[in-house]
Amino acid sequence: MKWTRRHVLDTYDWSRDEIETVLDQTRAMVEILGRPIKRAPPLRGRTVILFFAEASTRTRVSFELAAKALSADVTNITASGSSVEKGESLYDTVRTLQALGGDVVVMRHASSGAPYFVAERTDAAVINAGDGWHAHPTQGLLDAYTLRDALGDLESKRVVIVGDVLHSRVARSDINTLIPLGARVTLSGPPTLIPIAWRCGVLPPGVTYESDLDRALDGADAVIALRLQRERQESGLLPSLREYSRVWGLTADRVARMRSGAPVMHPGPMNEGVEIDAAVAHGASSLIEKQVTNGVAVRMALLYLLAATAPLEERA
Amino acid sequence: MSADRRALEAKGYLVVPGFIDLHAHLREPGFEDSETIASGAKAALRGGFTTVCAMPNTEPAIDSPGLVAELLARGRSAGGARVLPIAAITRGRKGRELADLVELAAAGAVAFSDDGSPVEDARLFRSALEYARVTGLPVMEHPQDLALSAKGVMHEGAVSARLGLPGMPAAAEETAVARDITLAKMTGARLHLTHLSTARSIELVRRAKADGAPITCDVTPHHLAMTDDWVAGSRAFAWEVPDEALQGVPYDSSTKVNPPLRSYADVRALWVGLEDGTVDAIATDHAPHASVKKDVEFDQAAFGISGLETALALVLGGVRVRWAPLGAVIDALTVGPARVLGIELREDEWIAIDRDAEWLVTAAELVSKGKNTPVLGRTVMGRVVHVSVAGETKLGGKREGNAEAVARR
Repeated sequence: MKWTRRHVLDTYDWSRDEIETVLDQTRAMVEILGRPIKRAPPLRGRTVILFFAEASTRTRVSFELAAKALSADVTNITASGSSVEKGESLYDTVRTLQALGGDVVVMRHASSGAPYFVAERTDAAVINAGDGWHAHPTQGLLDAYTLRDALGDLESKRVVIVGDVLHSRVARSDINTLIPLGARVTLSGPPTLIPIAWRCGVLPPGVTYESDLDRALDGADAVIALRLQRERQESGLLPSLREYSRVWGLTADRVARMRSGAPVMHPGPMNEGVEIDAAVAHGASSLIEKQVTNGVAVRMALLYLLAATAPLEERA
Repeated sequence: MSADRRALEAKGYLVVPGFIDLHAHLREPGFEDSETIASGAKAALRGGFTTVCAMPNTEPAIDSPGLVAELLARGRSAGGARVLPIAAITRGRKGRELADLVELAAAGAVAFSDDGSPVEDARLFRSALEYARVTGLPVMEHPQDLALSAKGVMHEGAVSARLGLPGMPAAAEETAVARDITLAKMTGARLHLTHLSTARSIELVRRAKADGAPITCDVTPHHLAMTDDWVAGSRAFAWEVPDEALQGVPYDSSTKVNPPLRSYADVRALWVGLEDGTVDAIATDHAPHASVKKDVEFDQAAFGISGLETALALVLGGVRVRWAPLGAVIDALTVGPARVLGIELREDEWIAIDRDAEWLVTAAELVSKGKNTPVLGRTVMGRVVHVSVAGETKLGGKREGNAEAVARR
């Protein structure tokens, strides 16, 4: 299909075709990354600005590698997290971004929706690299890619997402990407960390909630554990990390309830011993390192679709 | 009846008493970059309000007789709608000790409110209700349990779940309404609950009224017209079928308001309350903000919608689809609020409405300094074409096609 989107802000309204276009493109990028010289020319002459207003090493580095592998010029701007705490407002930053004249802005921000604010006010294509609790589209896409690589067609495969769904942009983007590909999602975790509108009302189509993790995992095809922030305990949403780990931590016993060989994923960084046992994180079924590698390829695919000036296969 | 008035009626305009707004933020003193008494009073006239009550959450807060007198004087010289000051319930609106309520009433305050915040301390609120009885004035409470609403920035529901924004549950309002009603019943004091936004709040007031409690309440035009889908970018009024053409950008901070835009079921319940008399008044909660407060991340933006000039058009939309009869809506803008304040409607204050006038809401079109309304860019229907106060034409008149120029005079 022909790619028509100018920005990647949220995959909520993406069609299956669009998602598959990205995943197919990702496959080509994986191939490039397997070459001795991991570089192709299609973004030559393009500038990618990495604007990370919230701490992140792995996602920023992943985008940087992706942009460089496609021969883009890459610039980092570090900016204050919130307009209120520090002096510089997002509005000021947007004007700077506009003046710098980048072709693509990759941004991470603590406020849900901040990428829309930027996309409205600049000429650049904006890729959301994570905004608040809202979305992390490249994580959703790389998780879908990784799962499809491991399981084949995702049609009626059941993926468990366990943990702090309420505050998780990863969970939202995973749902938005996996459901159109035919998968079903079972959410698990403490009721205080699941949006009440989903728990007591209507869940998104294809999604169910099962507070009992053992039951959620029975016969499942894959599991994604979410990172648990310590402040959830402090804000009264959890009694203790110890209890969390006992009730919702991924252990080898629990993983064994899934179909044999079912993969385990985590968006990182992990709290080993809290949401996931070290033995599981580094075990044979873990795709966690694969996720990191695939992340670069997915980001290359999106940069290519949004900003390519030349075809992929012309030799550098 | 004047010749003017008959002529306007003959043209098919609806001639009704001047509207009374129980709840507006005119921002002066302290926040004159957002609004002034003069700009707010003129915006009120354009919306058909000949009387507007100014909330005391200014800087300084209106908590002393001198400030009340000053506000009245500035209102008189503003040349717009009549400005009636509401005084703070507690000194500095800090919720710790009562302001001098009797002296404030003597200076000309028409009600008491710490609006923007509830009086959190239930014991102090009980005292306020009991003590205010001496003045005969209503206590206007902003019902909100601050612990429950916590860091919420929109209604907690399916839309907040999808957008990943911290939610303010309906229960944060409803538990406060329940507390306030309980205390009003206990003290027998006049309590007015402002900007109610949920179905259960309306039901609680309905039952309290049935029990004979001396309680009144208002709802806002934006809560009558918009749902929380507006935060996700919808620009379809609650009675319209959402479609692509009415889809804007999500996370627009002009949709951020407290109490937040609620669910469709809540909106419908407000209209039912309007029709059956549970809701006494429509009040704008006009909350203008300078663009610096709004042109920021959604979660950092100030709460509030600029509402004086679009109020009529919004509520007429619901009348057009028969969610409530025209009479109920006009009453809620006139006799209803007059009853809450204990004042009489004046024969010589009237307005003429062109119900079929379509107009595009733009920043330039609004005389309020606050351009923060999510209706910007939408065409709405219904406009005030004439305002007459004590025989003087304040808006419209012979050159009614040029109402704007007259209002800006």
